Amino acid sequence: MKVTDKDVAYVADLANLELTEQERSGMVRDLNSILAYIDRLNELDTSNVPPMAQVSDRYGVDEVKQGSARFAYASREDVLEGLRKSLPHEVALENAPDADEDFFRVPKVIER
Amino acid sequence: MDLTSLTIDAARSAVQERKTTALALAEAHYARIQKEDGQIGAFLTLSKERALEQADRIDRMAAEGKPLPPLGGVPVGIKDVMSTRGLRTTAGSKILEKYIPPYDCTAVAKMEAAGAMVLGKMNCDEFAMGSSNENSAYHPVRNPRDLSRVPGGSSGGSAAAVAADMAVVTLGSDTGGSIRQPASFCGVVGLMPTYGRVSRYGLIAFASSLDHIGPLAKTVKDAAIVLRTIAGRDPMDSTSADVPVPDYVAELEKPVRGMKLGVAKEYFGEGLDDEVRQAVESAIDKLKQLGCEIVPVSLPHTPYAIPTYYLIATAEASANLARYDGVRYSHRARGVKTLSEMYRRSRDEGFGTEVKRRIMLGTYALSAGYYDAYYLKAQKVRTLLTRDFDDAFRQVDAIVTPTSPTAAFRLGEKSNDPLAMYLADIYTVTADLAGIPGISIPCGQTSEKLPIGLQILGKHFDESTILRVAHAYEQA
Repeated sequence: MKVTDKDVAYVADLANLELTEQERSGMVRDLNSILAYIDRLNELDTSNVPPMAQVSDRYGVDEVKQGSARFAYASREDVLEGLRKSLPHEVALENAPDADEDFFRVPKVIER
Repeated sequence: MDLTSLTIDAARSAVQERKTTALALAEAHYARIQKEDGQIGAFLTLSKERALEQADRIDRMAAEGKPLPPLGGVPVGIKDVMSTRGLRTTAGSKILEKYIPPYDCTAVAKMEAAGAMVLGKMNCDEFAMGSSNENSAYHPVRNPRDLSRVPGGSSGGSAAAVAADMAVVTLGSDTGGSIRQPASFCGVVGLMPTYGRVSRYGLIAFASSLDHIGPLAKTVKDAAIVLRTIAGRDPMDSTSADVPVPDYVAELEKPVRGMKLGVAKEYFGEGLDDEVRQAVESAIDKLKQLGCEIVPVSLPHTPYAIPTYYLIATAEASANLARYDGVRYSHRARGVKTLSEMYRRSRDEGFGTEVKRRIMLGTYALSAGYYDAYYLKAQKVRTLLTRDFDDAFRQVDAIVTPTSPTAAFRLGEKSNDPLAMYLADIYTVTADLAGIPGISIPCGQTSEKLPIGLQILGKHFDESTILRVAHAYEQA
């Protein structure tokens, strides 16, 4: 067993999930079964293989350039409302479970 | 004229030539949905007002004798992971049960600009996570060919609606096989374009480096027409490619004689159902008779595709789904006292088991101490899997495989074993990881009359070739 109850509680905390007692024990079982299968990746020697994060790196990146200039294909002029108009205030708030006229409302953040 | 069994061109010409109207087409499809969808469950939301408004616009054009756009009067369905302005979009999840998007997904906007009538939103696995459509938070979809079986997933509603003549075409999304596998299970055509070919703007993100939008259709030509409509660079998606879009429909008629088709032994190994193997082998024979040359190729890293996929997809999903926090647009739990409690309880109530499982796996793979062993390792194997295809495509024009190792399985058969469910994607995930296009077309059926799918994979941005091979097979 690689993943313990404690690991599941820790990861659930990172992911902002609570999980019931029953869900946690199911999660320990499922994650261990999936990770055991995933372990077969260790059969491969990848020490000299570069990681691939994006397919678009294949057709857009300018290999000659350095840093963010490599990704010039994905950038655009920084113009105010250059692509589309921003959502009007009231439209952006329409789907909020709780809002006043100007802001999303949430429970108190700062404890006294 | 049977209004619910038409192809795109037949429907459009019938409206253009005033043999019927867009309104009659829409009404006929809604009548069919009313009759059939109670037992199938392909639709989550109907958008009759929106469809009829479009019908009116198209009918007025036809009455004035104006040429109709390519999808003029064609009834379509949209997978419920694509945002539709003013029309509820749930992603199959309770957490977005009341979400009304303020803007349209680019692919949907292009479909409507081309004259399509959006009948409604299609059921799917929650956040497109699943291979059977049993993970929908609303209700499962049943396979129109056999109601005791799943339609595949995650675009199960999109595939079932086309198979049951409740829509002429639908849009689906494919992250690990979610267009091609349900197309195969339901006996329709499903096309996943090259990554970057179709804008993802407005597609609710599952795994951003793997998500693709594409059509499910009754014929290869219909899939080509839809791809021609939705393809192209979109400034709203920086990963959409600035690569010229050919006329896929004109390309269909080019000959396939002399074309080299690869067959990889890794796609015919253990776990492949005998009847599926036989059907795919006969399809390969037929392609040979059409003048294609069959060339053995090797894709040696194929056995590592599923573990690679389930690390990368879940890692990306854990980040993408962090936005559902109960603040801006998603479900919020009642009676919470602190912000932290609000996040946790809202997410606990809003997400289903499979979504939580994948968020957990992805968070684990990205967490301190495990990043190199899991996420980085998977990204490196992704390079190897992509190189396999690069090597193969130096020898062949396309690769033919089964779409899925089995025909449609029964509801409940795999729902308690996540790993068994993940293995249903074994022949489809690699194309998503490499970003190459793939199509599934029907190639016969099992002794139980269940459809079998043939998958054709192509080079980056070479949808024309796989469409041409698929069309030649379909017409032969």
